[in-house]
Amino acid sequence: MGELAAFLILSAVILIPGVIVVTSRNIVRSALSLVPTFLGVTGFYIMLQAEFVAGIQVLIYAGAITVLILFVIMLTEGGSGVEVRQANEQVPLGATAALWLAFLMLLVVLRTPWSLSPGRPPAYSASAIGSAFLTNYALIFEVTSLVLLVVLIGAIVIARREE
Amino acid sequence: MPKVLLDWLYVGVFAVVGIVLAGLPLAVVWLLAPRLPLPQKRLTYESGVIPFGQAWAQFNVRYYLFALVFVVFDVEVIYLYPWAIVFRQLGAFAFYEMVVFLLILLVGLAYAWRKGALEWV
Amino acid sequence: MSTFVEILKAIGLAVLVFTFLAIVGAMYGVYFERKISGWIQARIGPKHVGPWGLLQTIADTLKLLQKEHITPRSADAMIFNTAPIIVAVAGLLDWVVIPFGTAFGRVLVVRDINIGIVYFSAMASLTVIGILAAGWSSNNKYALLGGLRSASQMISYEIPLALALLWAAMLAGTLSTVGIIEAQRGGWFLFKVPPFGLIAALVFLTAATAEVNRMPFDLPEAESELVAGYFVEYTGMRFALFQLGEYAEMFAMAAVASILFLGGWLEPSMPQWVWALLGLGALALAAFIRFSALREVLLVRPILALAALAAVLCGLMVLGIGLGRTPVLPSMLWFFVKMFGLVFFLMWMRWTYPRLRLDQLLGLSWKVLLPVGLLNLLITGFLLTVAR
Repeated sequence: MGELAAFLILSAVILIPGVIVVTSRNIVRSALSLVPTFLGVTGFYIMLQAEFVAGIQVLIYAGAITVLILFVIMLTEGGSGVEVRQANEQVPLGATAALWLAFLMLLVVLRTPWSLSPGRPPAYSASAIGSAFLTNYALIFEVTSLVLLVVLIGAIVIARREE
Repeated sequence: MPKVLLDWLYVGVFAVVGIVLAGLPLAVVWLLAPRLPLPQKRLTYESGVIPFGQAWAQFNVRYYLFALVFVVFDVEVIYLYPWAIVFRQLGAFAFYEMVVFLLILLVGLAYAWRKGALEWV
Repeated sequence: MSTFVEILKAIGLAVLVFTFLAIVGAMYGVYFERKISGWIQARIGPKHVGPWGLLQTIADTLKLLQKEHITPRSADAMIFNTAPIIVAVAGLLDWVVIPFGTAFGRVLVVRDINIGIVYFSAMASLTVIGILAAGWSSNNKYALLGGLRSASQMISYEIPLALALLWAAMLAGTLSTVGIIEAQRGGWFLFKVPPFGLIAALVFLTAATAEVNRMPFDLPEAESELVAGYFVEYTGMRFALFQLGEYAEMFAMAAVASILFLGGWLEPSMPQWVWALLGLGALALAAFIRFSALREVLLVRPILALAALAAVLCGLMVLGIGLGRTPVLPSMLWFFVKMFGLVFFLMWMRWTYPRLRLDQLLGLSWKVLLPVGLLNLLITGFLLTVAR
């Protein structure tokens, strides 16, 4: 019962700002509405008892990525608060496609027999995660650092080219 | 209720109570303080001069570069957290794995440094 | 229904912690800051309102409560109004993981979150968003510039902060604050793996000072440069909320530094003769000041008071150890002594160093503290595993 209530509250916290992100005309307000969305996802991670993932979700998404997005917005035309107007004649077509997709997804979800697994969720603690990526998944871990390196170099190259 | 859920329930309650209690002084002000929004009072402050121009900063790629380097290193730090608490039990190879990881990222830092991404001016 | 009881307990604790922060952190923090700043600058600081000016901040708060909330016409009202609350709440949320001591066999902490220091780092990150929101929504060039610079500074120093936190977590083998304190029963981390403990502590303190935008890293708020930066358009109580958030975070940083490096609420385990020696030294200093011409100098009196208090403390320790009590003094006392000691140190630093220019500031973080922090981690890790 409490879990259902928590789920509903968190869903509201995620979806309503999510709608604001997409529909708001003020782009900074859109970006700031991402924060409650990310915090709601944190709540879901907590409900799954994945504590470490929840912590890094706040740290990375709400802390770093939102700041990055806000920096970019504030330093470009959008930062002046000029309202972005979506002039789009394809709204009816888009709405139909979206509704169809929603309908199909709901059908799939409602028709699948989701079986509850017995037992407790696996250990998602920081030490378990650490042991995992240092032993079983060591190669993936090292490749991740390469990915990060590529991200860093690539972004610097692109940003510098603008100058 | 498992400890994790209880811990974060407290955090959630703290956040809500914090918002309410931080809003309390604001509510008190709303009750007590005068409200006379004259147009002169609501002008943007610019050291006594009538403000001109839009209030947005020139696009300067350096802010973006700092935020970007920060994101990359923040992700690196979140790998360091679990490593820091288990590597002693796993032996020397866990330590060397992290050395490799950090060396690769230090190459990135050196690149950023050389390319002036860490300069402000 | 026990969930309901837990929620009630949580509400009670939240109100308690918030009140503690509002009074000790914001009100008396501001008072101490003004007194200590005055003392360092050879003046007295607030003295008229109440005995020794103790009621000064209350008077200021009452005044601020009556000030009009002015919202600039071209500001984005919704974001403008929520930004101070974000900063204040982020400062408050820091305190969930900070243990105050032990009593009746339990640790006095709101919740000992398993990932305590990750949580602390995350809450420090949330403040940046409040500051960016404040700077942008004021629709004011100074505010926006101040907000962007402040945000750049804070994110740059988050990595060295995390690296120092990691160093302590590495030694303790846990991410929880209580665990880190418990791991220091055999000696404070400041003195472990010398000199790397000291280096880590220095990195942490430098990064912490920059995180809370204090001198010598307060360029984004500098009164003479950016006219208070990102909160220039905020009047009255909204401004006070920003200050509340900042002071709460400063106290939290001091508390965390004492947790990570000074053993939190643990009593320093020194032999009796060391305490006796310290006590005699403090007594000698107090007597010297009291009975010489120095006592006429107003500014030396705080030293007299502190020396006398230190002498009393050491005397109690000597007595207690002699009587075989362990620990001698209540743990909460030690926690507060360490936290206030560090807060004093932070306030002292404010008037000791000139303000750093923004490029020097950012260069310090990325080019000095980050490599030093990483090297520190690696060398300590090497010593702990490979070299044993």
